[in-house]
Amino acid sequence: MDEESKKEKFQERIDNGETIEPKDWMPERYRKQLIRMMSQHAHSEVVGMLPEGNWITRAPSLRRKMILLSKVQDEAGHGLYLYSATETLGASRQEVIDQLLEGKAKYSSIFNYPTLSWADVAVIGWLVDGAAIINQTMLARSSYGPYSRAMVRICKEESFHKKQGYEMVATMADGTPEQQEMIQDAVDRWWWPTLMMFGPHDDDSPNSAELIKWGVKSKTNDELRQSFVDRHVSEAHEVGLEIPDEDLEYNEETGHWEFGEIDWDEFWNVVKGNGPMNKERMKSRREAHENGKWVREAAEEYARKKRLAKEKAS
Amino acid sequence: MRYPSRSRLSTHDPNLKENMSEKNDTESKDIQWPLWEVFTQPRDGKPHEHAGSLHAPDAEMALENARDVYARRKEAVNIWVVPSDQIVASKGEDAGPFFDPADDKPYRHPQFYSVPRASKRRS
Repeated sequence: MDEESKKEKFQERIDNGETIEPKDWMPERYRKQLIRMMSQHAHSEVVGMLPEGNWITRAPSLRRKMILLSKVQDEAGHGLYLYSATETLGASRQEVIDQLLEGKAKYSSIFNYPTLSWADVAVIGWLVDGAAIINQTMLARSSYGPYSRAMVRICKEESFHKKQGYEMVATMADGTPEQQEMIQDAVDRWWWPTLMMFGPHDDDSPNSAELIKWGVKSKTNDELRQSFVDRHVSEAHEVGLEIPDEDLEYNEETGHWEFGEIDWDEFWNVVKGNGPMNKERMKSRREAHENGKWVREAAEEYARKKRLAKEKAS
Repeated sequence: MRYPSRSRLSTHDPNLKENMSEKNDTESKDIQWPLWEVFTQPRDGKPHEHAGSLHAPDAEMALENARDVYARRKEAVNIWVVPSDQIVASKGEDAGPFFDPADDKPYRHPQFYSVPRASKRRS
Protein backbone atom coordinates (compact mmCIF):
# COMPACT_ATOMS: atom_id res chain seq x y z
CA MET A 1 0.00 0.00 0.00
CA ASP A 2 1.41 3.42 -0.88
CA GLU A 3 1.68 6.32 1.54
CA GLU A 4 -1.41 8.09 0.23
CA SER A 5 -3.77 5.16 0.56
CA LYS A 6 -2.33 4.41 3.99
CA LYS A 7 -3.16 7.97 4.99
CA GLU A 8 -6.68 7.61 3.64
CA LYS A 9 -7.18 4.37 5.49
CA PHE A 10 -5.84 5.99 8.66
CA GLN A 11 -8.28 8.88 8.32
CA GLU A 12 -11.09 6.38 7.81
CA ARG A 13 -10.18 4.66 11.06
CA ILE A 14 -10.21 8.02 12.85
CA ASP A 15 -13.55 8.99 11.34
CA ASN A 16 -14.99 5.63 12.44
CA GLY A 17 -13.95 6.47 15.98
CA GLU A 18 -11.32 3.72 16.13
CA THR A 19 -8.45 3.97 18.59
CA ILE A 20 -4.89 4.17 17.26
CA GLU A 21 -2.44 1.96 19.15
CA PRO A 22 1.38 2.31 19.33
CA LYS A 23 2.19 -0.31 16.70
CA ASP A 24 -0.46 0.76 14.20
CA TRP A 25 0.55 2.65 11.08
CA MET A 26 0.20 6.41 11.53
CA PRO A 27 1.26 9.43 9.48
CA GLU A 28 4.61 10.79 10.65
CA ARG A 29 3.04 14.13 11.33
CA TYR A 30 0.42 12.55 13.61
CA ARG A 31 3.26 10.93 15.54
CA LYS A 32 5.26 14.15 15.76
CA GLN A 33 2.31 16.30 16.77
CA LEU A 34 1.43 13.82 19.49
CA ILE A 35 4.99 13.65 20.78
CA ARG A 36 5.05 17.44 20.91
CA MET A 37 1.70 17.72 22.61
CA MET A 38 2.11 14.84 25.06
CA SER A 39 5.64 15.75 26.13
CA GLN A 40 4.58 19.37 26.70
CA HIS A 41 1.69 18.05 28.72
CA ALA A 42 4.05 15.84 30.77
CA HIS A 43 6.43 18.76 31.37
CA SER A 44 3.50 20.89 32.54
CA GLU A 45 2.58 18.32 35.16
CA VAL A 46 6.16 18.20 36.41
CA VAL A 47 6.77 21.97 36.43
CA GLY A 48 3.28 22.35 37.92
CA MET A 49 4.59 20.83 41.14
CA LEU A 50 6.77 23.89 41.79
CA PRO A 51 4.32 26.75 42.45
CA GLU A 52 2.31 24.69 44.93
CA GLY A 53 5.27 22.79 46.35
CA ASN A 54 6.44 26.23 47.44
CA TRP A 55 3.68 26.23 50.11
CA ILE A 56 3.91 22.70 51.54
CA THR A 57 6.04 23.71 54.52
CA ARG A 58 3.75 26.66 55.27
CA ALA A 59 0.36 24.95 55.06
CA PRO A 60 -2.02 26.35 57.69
CA SER A 61 -2.94 22.97 59.19
CA LEU A 62 -1.85 19.34 59.13
CA ARG A 63 -4.99 18.46 57.14
CA ARG A 64 -4.16 21.01 54.45
CA LYS A 65 -0.54 19.90 54.43
CA MET A 66 -1.45 16.24 53.84
CA ILE A 67 -3.84 17.24 51.07
CA LEU A 68 -1.28 19.46 49.35
CA LEU A 69 1.48 16.85 49.61
CA SER A 70 -0.83 14.30 48.08
CA LYS A 71 -1.86 16.65 45.27
CA VAL A 72 1.72 17.51 44.40
CA GLN A 73 2.60 13.80 44.41
CA ASP A 74 -0.30 13.22 42.00
CA GLU A 75 1.16 15.82 39.62
CA ALA A 76 4.43 13.87 39.60
CA GLY A 77 2.41 10.74 38.86
CA HIS A 78 0.59 12.49 36.00
CA GLY A 79 3.94 13.50 34.53
CA LEU A 80 5.04 9.87 34.68
CA TYR A 81 1.87 8.49 33.03
CA LEU A 82 2.36 10.97 30.23
CA TYR A 83 6.09 10.42 29.74
CA SER A 84 5.40 6.70 29.56
CA ALA A 85 2.60 7.26 27.01
CA THR A 86 4.90 9.52 24.96
CA GLU A 87 7.51 6.76 24.84
CA THR A 88 5.07 4.45 23.07
CA LEU A 89 5.46 6.76 20.04
CA GLY A 90 9.18 6.05 19.87
CA ALA A 91 10.41 9.12 21.74
CA SER A 92 13.07 8.30 24.30
CA ARG A 93 12.39 9.33 27.87
CA GLN A 94 15.89 10.70 28.26
CA GLU A 95 15.65 12.93 25.20
CA VAL A 96 12.26 14.27 26.15
CA ILE A 97 13.44 15.09 29.69
CA ASP A 98 16.67 16.63 28.45
CA GLN A 99 14.67 18.94 26.21
CA LEU A 100 12.92 20.31 29.28
CA LEU A 101 16.10 20.64 31.32
CA GLU A 102 17.85 22.39 28.45
CA GLY A 103 14.99 24.87 28.20
CA LYS A 104 14.03 23.75 24.67
CA ALA A 105 10.64 22.34 25.55
CA LYS A 106 7.48 24.25 26.35
CA TYR A 107 5.16 23.72 29.27
CA SER A 108 1.94 25.41 30.32
CA SER A 109 2.51 29.15 30.83
CA ILE A 110 0.27 29.21 33.87
CA PHE A 111 3.15 27.89 35.97
CA ASN A 112 5.24 30.94 35.17
CA TYR A 113 3.16 33.02 37.56
CA PRO A 114 4.16 33.29 41.25
CA THR A 115 2.24 31.89 44.23
CA LEU A 116 2.26 34.86 46.59
CA SER A 117 -0.02 33.69 49.37
CA TRP A 118 -1.72 30.55 50.68
CA ALA A 119 -4.89 31.70 48.93
CA ASP A 120 -3.08 31.04 45.64
CA VAL A 121 -2.96 27.34 46.51
CA ALA A 122 -6.73 27.37 46.90
CA VAL A 123 -7.28 29.26 43.65
CA ILE A 124 -4.87 27.06 41.67
CA GLY A 125 -6.80 23.97 42.73
CA TRP A 126 -10.10 25.57 41.82
CA LEU A 127 -9.23 27.46 38.60
CA VAL A 128 -6.09 25.87 37.18
CA ASP A 129 -7.11 22.30 37.91
CA GLY A 130 -10.65 23.22 36.91
CA ALA A 131 -9.32 24.34 33.52
CA ALA A 132 -7.17 21.23 33.26
CA ILE A 133 -10.20 18.99 33.84
CA ILE A 134 -12.11 20.64 30.99
CA ASN A 135 -9.19 20.14 28.61
CA GLN A 136 -8.38 16.64 29.81
CA THR A 137 -11.95 15.35 29.76
CA MET A 138 -11.85 16.08 26.04
CA LEU A 139 -8.42 14.46 25.64
CA ALA A 140 -9.71 11.32 27.39
CA ARG A 141 -11.56 10.71 24.11
CA SER A 142 -8.44 11.29 22.04
CA SER A 143 -7.79 8.96 19.10
CA TYR A 144 -4.41 7.81 20.45
CA GLY A 145 -5.02 4.94 22.90
CA PRO A 146 -2.16 5.44 25.38
CA TYR A 147 -2.86 9.21 25.60
CA SER A 148 -6.55 8.70 26.10
CA ARG A 149 -6.02 6.04 28.79
CA ALA A 150 -3.53 8.22 30.66
CA MET A 151 -6.12 11.02 30.57
CA VAL A 152 -8.87 8.85 32.01
CA ARG A 153 -6.61 8.05 34.94
CA ILE A 154 -5.59 11.69 35.35
CA CYS A 155 -9.15 13.05 35.20
CA LYS A 156 -10.20 10.84 38.11
CA GLU A 157 -7.45 12.35 40.23
CA GLU A 158 -7.97 15.93 39.05
CA SER A 159 -11.48 16.03 40.44
CA PHE A 160 -9.99 15.69 43.93
CA HIS A 161 -7.57 18.50 43.07
CA LYS A 162 -10.31 20.84 42.00
CA LYS A 163 -12.63 20.00 44.84
CA GLN A 164 -10.04 20.50 47.57
CA GLY A 165 -9.25 23.88 45.99
CA TYR A 166 -12.86 24.98 45.76
CA GLU A 167 -13.44 23.85 49.34
CA MET A 168 -10.62 26.14 50.47
CA VAL A 169 -11.88 28.98 48.28
CA ALA A 170 -15.33 28.65 49.84
CA THR A 171 -13.87 28.50 53.35
CA MET A 172 -11.79 31.63 52.86
CA ALA A 173 -14.60 33.48 51.11
CA ASP A 174 -16.71 32.80 54.19
CA GLY A 175 -13.89 33.74 56.60
CA THR A 176 -12.55 36.91 58.22
CA PRO A 177 -12.37 40.14 56.18
CA GLU A 178 -8.61 39.52 55.76
CA GLN A 179 -9.22 36.02 54.43
CA GLN A 180 -11.89 37.31 52.07
CA GLU A 181 -9.51 39.94 50.80
CA MET A 182 -6.74 37.37 50.32
CA ILE A 183 -8.91 35.01 48.32
CA GLN A 184 -10.35 37.79 46.13
CA ASP A 185 -6.82 39.03 45.46
CA ALA A 186 -5.75 35.56 44.38
CA VAL A 187 -8.75 35.26 42.04
CA ASP A 188 -7.91 38.68 40.57
CA ARG A 189 -4.37 37.57 39.79
CA TRP A 190 -5.15 34.05 38.48
CA TRP A 191 -8.34 34.56 36.46
CA TRP A 192 -6.81 35.92 33.27
CA PRO A 193 -3.74 33.66 33.18
CA THR A 194 -6.11 30.70 33.60
CA LEU A 195 -8.18 31.80 30.60
CA MET A 196 -4.91 31.90 28.63
CA MET A 197 -4.31 28.22 29.44
CA PHE A 198 -6.67 27.25 26.62
CA GLY A 199 -4.31 28.83 24.11
CA PRO A 200 -4.80 31.40 21.33
CA HIS A 201 -8.13 32.10 19.61
CA ASP A 202 -9.13 29.47 17.08
CA ASP A 203 -8.07 31.76 14.21
CA ASP A 204 -4.54 32.03 15.64
CA SER A 205 -4.15 28.39 16.55
CA PRO A 206 -2.31 26.73 13.67
CA ASN A 207 -2.40 23.19 15.11
CA SER A 208 -6.06 23.04 16.11
CA ALA A 209 -7.69 22.10 12.82
CA GLU A 210 -5.26 19.27 12.20
CA LEU A 211 -5.59 17.91 15.74
CA ILE A 212 -9.36 17.96 15.42
CA LYS A 213 -9.23 16.24 12.04
CA TRP A 214 -7.15 13.48 13.63
CA GLY A 215 -9.47 13.11 16.57
CA VAL A 216 -6.77 14.10 19.05
CA LYS A 217 -8.93 17.04 20.11
CA SER A 218 -12.66 17.28 19.66
CA LYS A 219 -13.22 20.90 20.72
CA THR A 220 -11.50 24.16 19.82
CA ASN A 221 -9.60 26.38 22.25
CA ASP A 222 -12.42 28.93 22.32
CA GLU A 223 -15.09 26.29 22.92
CA LEU A 224 -13.14 24.88 25.85
CA ARG A 225 -12.51 28.36 27.25
CA GLN A 226 -16.23 29.13 27.07
CA SER A 227 -17.18 26.04 29.04
CA PHE A 228 -14.56 26.94 31.63
CA VAL A 229 -15.98 30.46 32.01
CA ASP A 230 -19.59 29.27 32.22
CA ARG A 231 -18.78 26.80 34.94
CA HIS A 232 -16.44 28.91 37.05
CA VAL A 233 -18.34 32.19 36.95
CA SER A 234 -21.28 30.53 38.64
CA GLU A 235 -18.99 28.81 41.13
CA ALA A 236 -17.43 32.21 41.96
CA HIS A 237 -20.81 33.85 42.46
CA GLU A 238 -21.95 30.91 44.58
CA VAL A 239 -19.33 31.82 47.20
CA GLY A 240 -19.61 35.59 46.75
CA LEU A 241 -16.42 36.22 44.76
CA GLU A 242 -16.02 38.72 41.95
CA ILE A 243 -14.58 37.86 38.55
CA PRO A 244 -12.11 40.62 37.53
CA ASP A 245 -13.72 41.33 34.15
CA GLU A 246 -15.83 44.42 33.55
CA ASP A 247 -17.20 43.02 30.31
CA LEU A 248 -18.51 39.84 31.87
CA GLU A 249 -22.18 39.52 31.03
CA TYR A 250 -24.70 36.71 30.87
CA ASN A 251 -26.33 36.22 27.51
CA GLU A 252 -29.86 34.93 28.10
CA GLU A 253 -30.24 33.80 24.50
CA THR A 254 -27.12 31.68 24.23
CA GLY A 255 -27.01 30.68 27.88
CA HIS A 256 -23.31 31.59 27.98
CA TRP A 257 -21.27 34.14 29.88
CA GLU A 258 -19.68 36.66 27.52
CA PHE A 259 -16.30 37.91 28.64
CA GLY A 260 -13.66 40.53 27.83
CA GLU A 261 -10.63 40.21 25.57
CA ILE A 262 -7.54 38.47 26.85
CA ASP A 263 -4.29 40.44 26.91
CA TRP A 264 -2.58 38.50 24.14
CA ASP A 265 0.64 40.50 24.40
CA GLU A 266 1.04 39.20 27.93
CA PHE A 267 0.23 35.66 26.73
CA TRP A 268 2.91 35.65 24.02
CA ASN A 269 5.38 37.35 26.29
CA VAL A 270 5.08 34.57 28.88
CA VAL A 271 5.14 31.87 26.18
CA LYS A 272 8.39 33.36 24.89
CA GLY A 273 9.97 32.97 28.31
CA ASN A 274 9.55 36.46 29.78
CA GLY A 275 6.91 35.69 32.39
CA PRO A 276 7.49 36.57 36.03
CA MET A 277 8.72 33.07 36.97
CA ASN A 278 10.07 31.42 33.77
CA LYS A 279 13.71 31.56 34.80
CA GLU A 280 13.02 30.65 38.41
CA ARG A 281 10.97 27.57 37.38
CA MET A 282 13.66 26.26 35.07
CA LYS A 283 16.31 26.85 37.70
CA SER A 284 14.31 24.94 40.32
CA ARG A 285 13.61 22.07 37.91
CA ARG A 286 17.30 21.72 37.06
CA GLU A 287 18.25 21.87 40.72
CA ALA A 288 15.65 19.24 41.57
CA HIS A 289 17.07 16.98 38.86
CA GLU A 290 20.61 17.57 40.07
CA ASN A 291 19.67 17.06 43.73
CA GLY A 292 18.02 13.77 42.86
CA LYS A 293 21.19 12.44 41.33
CA TRP A 294 22.40 10.66 44.47
CA VAL A 295 19.04 8.89 44.76
CA ARG A 296 19.34 7.58 41.21
CA GLU A 297 22.91 6.50 41.85
CA ALA A 298 21.99 4.81 45.13
CA ALA A 299 19.13 2.93 43.45
CA GLU A 300 21.47 1.68 40.75
CA GLU A 301 24.11 0.64 43.25
CA TYR A 302 21.51 -1.16 45.36
CA ALA A 303 20.30 -3.07 42.30
CA ARG A 304 23.88 -3.95 41.37
CA LYS A 305 24.74 -5.24 44.86
CA LYS A 306 21.59 -7.31 45.06
CA ARG A 307 22.38 -8.85 41.68
CA LEU A 308 25.92 -9.67 42.84
CA ALA A 309 24.70 -11.22 46.09
CA LYS A 310 22.24 -13.35 44.16
CA GLU A 311 24.92 -14.53 41.75
CA LYS A 312 27.20 -15.43 44.65
CA ALA A 313 24.50 -17.40 46.40
CA SER A 314 23.73 -19.54 43.37
CA MET B 1 5.20 -15.92 14.13
CA ARG B 2 7.13 -13.72 16.52
CA TYR B 3 6.88 -9.99 16.79
CA PRO B 4 9.15 -7.81 18.85
CA SER B 5 7.35 -6.18 21.75
CA ARG B 6 6.45 -2.60 20.95
CA SER B 7 8.87 -2.39 18.05
CA ARG B 8 10.05 0.85 19.60
CA LEU B 9 13.01 1.00 17.30
CA SER B 10 11.15 0.16 14.17
CA THR B 11 8.58 2.85 14.84
CA HIS B 12 11.38 5.38 15.03
CA ASP B 13 11.53 7.52 12.00
CA PRO B 14 15.01 8.76 11.20
CA ASN B 15 13.99 12.42 10.98
CA LEU B 16 12.36 12.22 14.34
CA LYS B 17 15.41 10.71 15.93
CA GLU B 18 17.47 13.49 14.52
CA ASN B 19 15.10 16.09 15.92
CA MET B 20 14.98 14.51 19.30
CA SER B 21 18.72 14.31 19.74
CA GLU B 22 19.92 17.70 18.71
CA LYS B 23 21.68 17.92 22.03
CA ASN B 24 25.29 17.17 22.61
CA ASP B 25 25.48 13.54 23.74
CA THR B 26 28.37 14.08 26.09
CA GLU B 27 26.26 16.47 28.15
CA SER B 28 23.87 13.78 29.23
CA LYS B 29 25.12 11.93 32.30
CA ASP B 30 21.99 9.93 32.83
CA ILE B 31 21.13 6.65 31.24
CA GLN B 32 17.57 5.52 31.53
CA TRP B 33 16.91 2.33 33.45
CA PRO B 34 15.16 -0.59 31.78
CA LEU B 35 11.50 -0.16 30.87
CA TRP B 36 8.85 -2.28 32.63
CA GLU B 37 5.20 -2.78 31.74
CA VAL B 38 2.89 -2.62 34.72
CA PHE B 39 -0.24 -4.76 35.12
CA THR B 40 -2.59 -4.20 38.04
CA GLN B 41 -5.27 -6.48 39.48
CA PRO B 42 -8.04 -4.14 40.65
CA ARG B 43 -9.77 -6.55 43.01
CA ASP B 44 -9.46 -10.06 44.29
CA GLY B 45 -10.63 -12.50 41.62
CA LYS B 46 -10.31 -10.00 38.75
CA PRO B 47 -7.78 -10.36 35.93
CA HIS B 48 -4.69 -8.16 35.72
CA GLU B 49 -4.92 -5.23 33.36
CA HIS B 50 -2.24 -3.12 31.67
CA ALA B 51 -1.79 0.17 33.57
CA GLY B 52 1.23 1.75 31.88
CA SER B 53 4.98 1.53 32.05
CA LEU B 54 7.92 2.87 34.05
CA HIS B 55 11.69 2.79 34.29
CA ALA B 56 13.43 1.06 37.20
CA PRO B 57 16.87 -0.45 37.86
CA ASP B 58 15.51 -3.86 38.93
CA ALA B 59 12.31 -5.83 39.44
CA GLU B 60 11.94 -5.05 43.13
CA MET B 61 12.17 -1.29 42.60
CA ALA B 62 9.95 -1.59 39.54
CA LEU B 63 7.26 -3.09 41.80
CA GLU B 64 7.63 -0.36 44.41
CA ASN B 65 7.57 2.37 41.79
CA ALA B 66 4.54 0.75 40.15
CA ARG B 67 2.73 0.89 43.49
CA ASP B 68 3.54 4.60 43.91
CA VAL B 69 2.77 5.54 40.32
CA TYR B 70 -0.22 3.33 39.46
CA ALA B 71 -1.84 2.43 42.79
CA ARG B 72 -1.88 5.49 45.05
CA ARG B 73 -5.61 5.02 45.64
CA LYS B 74 -5.93 1.29 46.17
CA GLU B 75 -6.33 0.68 42.45
CA ALA B 76 -4.63 -2.68 42.87
CA VAL B 77 -4.46 -5.66 45.19
CA ASN B 78 -1.65 -7.18 43.14
CA ILE B 79 0.86 -5.91 40.59
CA TRP B 80 2.88 -7.61 37.85
CA VAL B 81 5.89 -5.91 36.32
CA VAL B 82 7.30 -7.35 33.10
CA PRO B 83 10.40 -6.17 31.24
CA SER B 84 8.92 -4.44 28.19
CA ASP B 85 11.24 -6.18 25.77
CA GLN B 86 9.93 -9.56 26.94
CA ILE B 87 6.42 -8.93 25.72
CA VAL B 88 5.50 -10.47 22.40
CA ALA B 89 2.47 -8.92 20.76
CA SER B 90 0.48 -9.52 17.59
CA LYS B 91 0.44 -6.70 15.08
CA GLY B 92 -2.58 -4.44 14.86
CA GLU B 93 -2.36 -4.17 11.09
CA ASP B 94 -2.38 -7.98 10.78
CA ALA B 95 -5.44 -8.35 12.98
CA GLY B 96 -7.61 -9.39 10.01
CA PRO B 97 -5.62 -12.38 8.76
CA PHE B 98 -4.27 -13.25 12.20
CA PHE B 99 -7.69 -13.73 13.75
CA ASP B 100 -9.53 -14.98 10.68
CA PRO B 101 -9.57 -18.63 11.79
CA ALA B 102 -12.40 -17.56 14.11
CA ASP B 103 -14.35 -15.79 11.37
CA ASP B 104 -16.25 -18.75 9.95
CA LYS B 105 -17.08 -20.69 13.09
CA PRO B 106 -20.44 -19.40 14.25
CA TYR B 107 -21.18 -22.89 15.64
CA ARG B 108 -18.90 -21.98 18.56
CA HIS B 109 -21.63 -19.71 19.88
CA PRO B 110 -24.89 -20.78 21.53
CA GLN B 111 -26.86 -18.47 19.21
CA PHE B 112 -26.06 -20.89 16.37
CA TYR B 113 -28.44 -23.51 17.75
CA SER B 114 -32.19 -23.69 17.75
CA VAL B 115 -33.73 -25.91 20.34
CA PRO B 116 -37.32 -26.44 21.43
CA ARG B 117 -38.35 -24.07 24.15
CA ALA B 118 -38.90 -25.89 27.42
CA SER B 119 -42.38 -25.49 28.79
CA LYS B 120 -42.64 -23.36 31.88
CA ARG B 121 -42.61 -25.28 35.06
CA ARG B 122 -45.56 -24.70 37.31
CA SER B 123 -44.74 -24.10 40.87
